[in-house]
Amino acid sequence: MGKRRVRARRLRDVLGLLVAAVIGFPVYWMVLTAFRPATEILSLPPEFWPSSPTLDNFARAMGTETFWANVRSSAVIGLGTVLVSLLVGTLAAFALARFRFAGRKAFVVVILTVQMIPLAALVIPVYLLLNDAGLTDSLLGVIVVYLVFTLPFTVWMLHGFITAIPVELEEAAMVDGCGRLGAFVRVVLPLLAPGLVATSVFAMVQAWNEYVLVYVLLSTPEKQTLSIWLVSFQTSFGTDYGGLMAGATLTALPVVVFFLAVHRKIAAGLATGAVKG
Amino acid sequence: MSAEPAGRRPRPLLPYLLIAPSLLALLVVLAYPLVDMVTLAFQDMTRKELFSGAAPPWAGLGQFRTILGDGFFWTVVARTALFTAVCVTLTMNCGLLVALLMRGTSSWVRAVVAGVLVAVWAMPVMVAAAVFRWLFDADYGLVNWLLSTLPGVDLARHNWFTDPWQGFAVITAVVVWGALPFAAISLHAALAQIPPELEEAAVIDGARPSQVFRYVTFPAVKPVFVMVTTLMAIWDFGVFNQIWLMRGGQPEREYYLLGVYSFIESFAVNRYSTGAAIALVTVVLLLAGAVLYLRQMLRLGEAE
Repeated sequence: MGKRRVRARRLRDVLGLLVAAVIGFPVYWMVLTAFRPATEILSLPPEFWPSSPTLDNFARAMGTETFWANVRSSAVIGLGTVLVSLLVGTLAAFALARFRFAGRKAFVVVILTVQMIPLAALVIPVYLLLNDAGLTDSLLGVIVVYLVFTLPFTVWMLHGFITAIPVELEEAAMVDGCGRLGAFVRVVLPLLAPGLVATSVFAMVQAWNEYVLVYVLLSTPEKQTLSIWLVSFQTSFGTDYGGLMAGATLTALPVVVFFLAVHRKIAAGLATGAVKG
Repeated sequence: MSAEPAGRRPRPLLPYLLIAPSLLALLVVLAYPLVDMVTLAFQDMTRKELFSGAAPPWAGLGQFRTILGDGFFWTVVARTALFTAVCVTLTMNCGLLVALLMRGTSSWVRAVVAGVLVAVWAMPVMVAAAVFRWLFDADYGLVNWLLSTLPGVDLARHNWFTDPWQGFAVITAVVVWGALPFAAISLHAALAQIPPELEEAAVIDGARPSQVFRYVTFPAVKPVFVMVTTLMAIWDFGVFNQIWLMRGGQPEREYYLLGVYSFIESFAVNRYSTGAAIALVTVVLLLAGAVLYLRQMLRLGEAE
């Protein structure tokens, strides 16, 4: 019986690694192509292992005229969105987690519904709105719109994290003479820090990855984000797959690194958020 | 969720002040455009009105009469529904299989699988689209070469996008690949919540593995399964990026789904009102799914 169990587990391990290899293969192929000289990329049969790696493709991708401006633009939009959305979101999350008030359920329904509206369906009226406000082709306009699309998720996640912090801690601080604000800043905020980090990474990723809206809103090449840069790279360089994969690697890199760093926290947050309502 | 502790009267105004900024932002940037979209769908806005700022003329139900009377619109609706069904079925089945498999592996293998899933989850859509275009490239793509090594198959220089069915197969692959991690990770988290005693008891009572799954395991993860399925359906129904990017920003009419159709009517043809009407119909169709999702979410919420 014991031996059979060990064999069954080993079989599952092999199967698991196989599945991981298949799912992860496109990522591997992207990185591999990015480090390959052009002659090797366009050769059949393809090589599955790296040989004579080169940084040429990265140099070509980063050498495009607007690359660094686009990196800056993506960073400004990402950080701006995250900061405002955390500030506004924490307030609402605290209200949801610590108070019962008339309209609370309605607010939760709104938060959950909003998450489902596809951004692409709202592109036209959002464009018209920003057009009226003179905010097209402006990073501020993009931040404002992204704020609304990351806010529901931020509120929902943070509300889960705050609920998980025992309310008695705050009460003890208040008995000791802290005001509500003091208790929040000194007790809740430090305990909430990991949750804030996880939530902000997730919001940042959404802003970093969005494409349709910036494509419609930002027309100055220098203001455009990395996602637009990558797509225009495809059209302007034709089948320069080495450069394209280097660009893709550069675009994905920060996101993947951040995500790997905090994903446990996010999974936990989603779980508490979903279960504890 | 803890109730306000007794002995201290809650200040009734505070929670409203706290949610006010969020509400304000949602009202201005979301509710207003939503209302605007509905209004737009009953008007006839073209490039002229956009630039002059003049109020567009009312069209009543004209836009809807045009699109609903157009056979092509219904083709697009049917195509979108079919695409959604295929993508959701594939994602959820593969996701469940991966989650179940992860449960039975050694912890280091599980960490490897989870790491790969998270990395794929984080991949931006345009990166995924670029990588799959390269994998399915007609001349030097890996897929054509790999399939050609099979006996009797010759796919050298085969263009996958000439035939929309094959093209959609590739697009489906991108969508499912991108969505699989979220499904697998959520389901794995749900599976981990099941107390092992439940399944062990069923085995002791003589249940076959398939019966254990059907009567014990699946019912336990069903709430999460339903929730993720509805979310997937909502996302896939509104799919835009993958098609837009895989077709290089110029999708042929055979590749139109509702999201792409609405966008092109608005921004390529400058018939903003027709685009808004299509978007409105899409949102109404989505509402059916939304109601399902909300009910599930609130039911989970009631278990506080």
